Amino acid sequence: MTSLLIIIGVVMVIVFSGVSVSFKSMMIGSITDSMLGHLQIHKKGYVSSIDNLPLHLNINEKGIKQLENVFEKHTDVIEAFSYRIKFGAMLSNFQETTNIRLTAVQPQMENAACPRLVERINGDIQNPDKFIEQGKIIIPENLANGLKLKAGDEVVLIANNKDGSVNGLSLRVSNTIEGLMGPSGRDGFVHIEDAKTLLRIQGNEINEVAIRLKNPDNLNGMNKLLADELSHFENKQNKPVFELHTWADLSPFSTIAAIVNLLIITIKIVLIAIVLISILNVMMMSVYERVSEIGTISAIGTLPSKILWLFMAEGFSLAIISTIVGNIIGVLALLLINIANIHFSFGKMKNILLETSIAPSELISVSLIVIFIAVISSLQPALKASRMQPVDALRHV
Amino acid sequence: MSLVELKQVTKDYQIGEMFVRALKNIELDIKEQSFVSIVGPSGSGKTTLLNLIGCIDKPSSGEVFVNGTAVNSFSNKEAARFRGQHLGFIFQNFNLLPVLTTYENVEYPLIMVQNIPAGKRRERIMHYLEAVGMIDQKDKYPSQLSGGQKQRVAVARALVTDPKLVLADEPTANLDHATAFKVIELMKQMQQNLKTTFIFSTHDPKIVKEAEIIYTLEDGKLVSK
Ligand SMILES: Nc1ncnc2c1ncn2[C@@H]1O[C@H](COP(=O)(O)OP(=O)(O)OP(=O)(O)O)[C@@H](O)[C@H]1O
Ligand SMILES: [Mg+2]
Repeated sequence: MTSLLIIIGVVMVIVFSGVSVSFKSMMIGSITDSMLGHLQIHKKGYVSSIDNLPLHLNINEKGIKQLENVFEKHTDVIEAFSYRIKFGAMLSNFQETTNIRLTAVQPQMENAACPRLVERINGDIQNPDKFIEQGKIIIPENLANGLKLKAGDEVVLIANNKDGSVNGLSLRVSNTIEGLMGPSGRDGFVHIEDAKTLLRIQGNEINEVAIRLKNPDNLNGMNKLLADELSHFENKQNKPVFELHTWADLSPFSTIAAIVNLLIITIKIVLIAIVLISILNVMMMSVYERVSEIGTISAIGTLPSKILWLFMAEGFSLAIISTIVGNIIGVLALLLINIANIHFSFGKMKNILLETSIAPSELISVSLIVIFIAVISSLQPALKASRMQPVDALRHV
Repeated sequence: MSLVELKQVTKDYQIGEMFVRALKNIELDIKEQSFVSIVGPSGSGKTTLLNLIGCIDKPSSGEVFVNGTAVNSFSNKEAARFRGQHLGFIFQNFNLLPVLTTYENVEYPLIMVQNIPAGKRRERIMHYLEAVGMIDQKDKYPSQLSGGQKQRVAVARALVTDPKLVLADEPTANLDHATAFKVIELMKQMQQNLKTTFIFSTHDPKIVKEAEIIYTLEDGKLVSK
């Protein structure tokens, strides 16, 4: 009966960590795949002033060459990278003007580095590799509503370039885009060539590189590797030229992810406590129910150490059976969740399939913890049994 | 040669502040290969005496020798080992292990106590099941047996390890008269065939008559032999 409780405990640990880990990784996936990429490179000092979108911290032609050499060396781990120019501008529909943050990209590169960006764009995109064309602009949805702009309307972008002179460029709205966390946000997209025209940039110049890794699980390892590579590039004052950040450094969601992790651990501890208490309970009952049997085998001459061993073995096998059953039910439950096709939306990205999975290592670690706990909690009842005096045990009815 | 020897044995129980003297200055000498009964009214100390001889309990004072060994100073572990090697037990409530079959109950002390290899066990178990007439019931569980049958199995279990001495505390108290008689007959027959010493307690006067030597306890004192 109480072994059922152990099974339920194990199942709950598995299902909970399966669902929450997948949920978390999906959230992270949305952020990395549609906005940040896994890693970003900037000129040293850029991120600390990222809110002003500075233009004097650009990576020049020479810097781009250096980076390209590094990327070429690591094509085995880097899936794609995208050059971006981020800048602030004024957006005018000829009646009203507002400010906007723009990311200028080369659509093919951007789509490779952030393949799910296009999911956030309203309206259909024929070819994701050309989601933004020259002469076009994608504006945030709420700005479009505020300025009563729709696809095809003409707007003017006005921006200061690096030297402070003001330039304008007229563009056509191609689509609207929703922010990652809903329809808010002031982020739009233009083609990188238009940005160069507007900002009077001659030659190749960017201020951000977003990198997509082949294996995002090894984020920290790759971060180290690339940081190492990049640290070779120094300026005349022997200061590093570039800075490298992971998505977690750049997104507030990393704190949320950490909280989720903490939550998972807390729940695991609670569930493991349930397992501990149930096994303790089962074993206590089992010892109590069998006092006269313990008295009998003890009188017959079974050594106390053997009695201890017998009860430990019972607790151990109880745990083994419960964890095996719990693992099977837990994995089945996760499969069932997958089969049930549970969809949910995350901002603009609707219909995200909740695809649960659990690493075998996670199963093994949960099982080992449960078995370890079971052995620990059998110890006390087993000791009690082995120390029982046959005189007292036999008198017990 | 004496198998069991008690010298000036006293046993006190303490209940709160009160002391109960269950046995008083017992002097006892039981020879090998005898069939002994201990009788006395309820509360006279029969169980207490058998527990001391059976190394299940220790005297408050005095000495107990079994098979030439002073057993009153044993540790728990030493006592368990000694019981497993030299003694057999038959209980009033049969005390078979309910999850084991007849065969497995008889096998238990060979596996768990004497570590007899599997090959040598079967013949011995079958021999004793045969001797107590329980071979046909060897795959039944205790719950499927009658009281008399259970006690037969218990006799086989007590004897299978070849003990020097078998102790039986009221082995017939839970049996009807005819069955009780048969169980005592069985024990007597075993005692003659195997030369094992049996000590059993009872307060049934008719059963007592079957014994060769009868000790009478009264209020913790040995009053007659
Ligand atoms: N564990 C104990 N604690 C306290 N007193 C005890 C204990 N065991 C026995 N006694 C007392 O010791 C005395 C002898 O008890 P014992 O059980 O040996 O009698 P008995 O002859 O076996 O009786 P019965 O025929 O009812 O089984 C009794 O007065 C009993 O109350
Ligand atoms: Mg008694």
